[in-house]
Amino acid sequence: MINFQYTRASNIADAVRLISADPAAKFIAGGTNLIDLMKEDVERPSRLIDISRLPLKSIEETGENGLRIGALVPNSDLAYHPLVARRYPILASAILAGASAQLRNMASTGGNLLQRTRCAYFYDTATPCNKREAGSGCSAITGLNRMHAILGTSETCIATHPSDMCVALAALGARVQVAGPTGERTIEFPDLHCLPGDTPQRETTLAPNEIITAIVLPPRGFEANYTYLKVRDRLSYAFALVSVAAGLELEGDRIKEARLALGGVAHKPWRDPAAEAVLQGRAADRATFTRAADILLRDAKPFGHNAFKIDLARRAIVRALTQAANGTPQSQSNKKLA
Amino acid sequence: MSVPERLPLSLIINGIEMKLSVAPWTTLLDLLRDHLDLTGTKKGCDHGQCGACTVLVDGRRINSCLTLAVMQDGARVTTVEGLAIDGVLHALQQAFIDHDAFQCGYCTPGQLCSAAGLIAEGKATSADDIRELMSGNICRCGAYPNIMQAIQLVMAQP
Repeated sequence: MINFQYTRASNIADAVRLISADPAAKFIAGGTNLIDLMKEDVERPSRLIDISRLPLKSIEETGENGLRIGALVPNSDLAYHPLVARRYPILASAILAGASAQLRNMASTGGNLLQRTRCAYFYDTATPCNKREAGSGCSAITGLNRMHAILGTSETCIATHPSDMCVALAALGARVQVAGPTGERTIEFPDLHCLPGDTPQRETTLAPNEIITAIVLPPRGFEANYTYLKVRDRLSYAFALVSVAAGLELEGDRIKEARLALGGVAHKPWRDPAAEAVLQGRAADRATFTRAADILLRDAKPFGHNAFKIDLARRAIVRALTQAANGTPQSQSNKKLA
Repeated sequence: MSVPERLPLSLIINGIEMKLSVAPWTTLLDLLRDHLDLTGTKKGCDHGQCGACTVLVDGRRINSCLTLAVMQDGARVTTVEGLAIDGVLHALQQAFIDHDAFQCGYCTPGQLCSAAGLIAEGKATSADDIRELMSGNICRCGAYPNIMQAIQLVMAQP
């Protein structure tokens, strides 16, 4: 870890002013990802601006029957909040599927959105990585890529987004509130994270001097028919090979509204309107679920070691939609498949 | 780049108030071990993957290797050295001894602090819950079954 300056922001405007003044500075909140990356010399900030004491730790109902989650609410507090557990259990389940109890106690909601890929080449400063050093090349495309992306990849990067929480937020249609030098704005969740394209070093549409202040959930929580199914190499405390957040609204055995988002398969939480469209109005059965999976994976591209992910994703989608339709969400404690 | 000055820091560690000064890049773990000689807290991976460095900050279990000491200014820190009170072992410490819940012992301080945090959180109601919520603490000797027994015993105590 290199030496750096440390400053504590006294309010949101102060945080924006401090980060605008130093392009090599970084915000720190929970620190669980940033400090790890600093120890590896992947991140080398000149200054850390501590935002962890800003008043962004409340969870409140919005006027429109939604929920506003402060950016500094710890992941564990969010997962166990009574309103989240009752109205948005898909979000609670996804959070509890990720990391460990200690890390969830530290990690902030806003920081979870901004965590970096766990691609081993991104972490290893001795190897080329376009995300870490633009133009240096991608070591994963021809390297060990078992954990890597199958959708939305580019010739410059096949890294995945590591978050579980974000997969549920994508399915729920969350919005992200940010503040910057010219005021506040709201980002729709699909517009927050970028695909790698030619600029894999650019991971979000946030400006360098903007700060996330809150996540807003719309009223619909799919609390009756949902699941978060995470498939990984060990049963706990591991990143997803493939994960699926599924939310259904049923009318009899017909699907009235469907949400389907995948983790572990792309540079961002993967949601495909075409796959959701073939679920809408159809019978909630295996044939429908398989069709949705086939459409979502129609452009999936393997890179060698990760070829198994295409079939794994197809099966996980069908299983997750079945769990959601049956009202038998996957338990994150009892590892037996629901 | 000029080296920044040390920053003042006030912590209550195992009930004792301490006025300290540290460089900003000092993790809470390094402060405990290298500056205060509280070597009960262990450095395993130093990347938040093993749980050996688990301590309680304001009653919540965290990985002390992934937080800067300066960020915890004003906090109440409990390490494994602070679990026993007046020479009487914490119920978890006694249960770990009674159930032979360790072999080499390197992960044990983290397991103990993590289990104390788990019990305080009150979210575990089954063996599956305990296993899942203790998954941030790795034991390479594989003493998990006995660790489970010890925790379950303490949770069952009135």
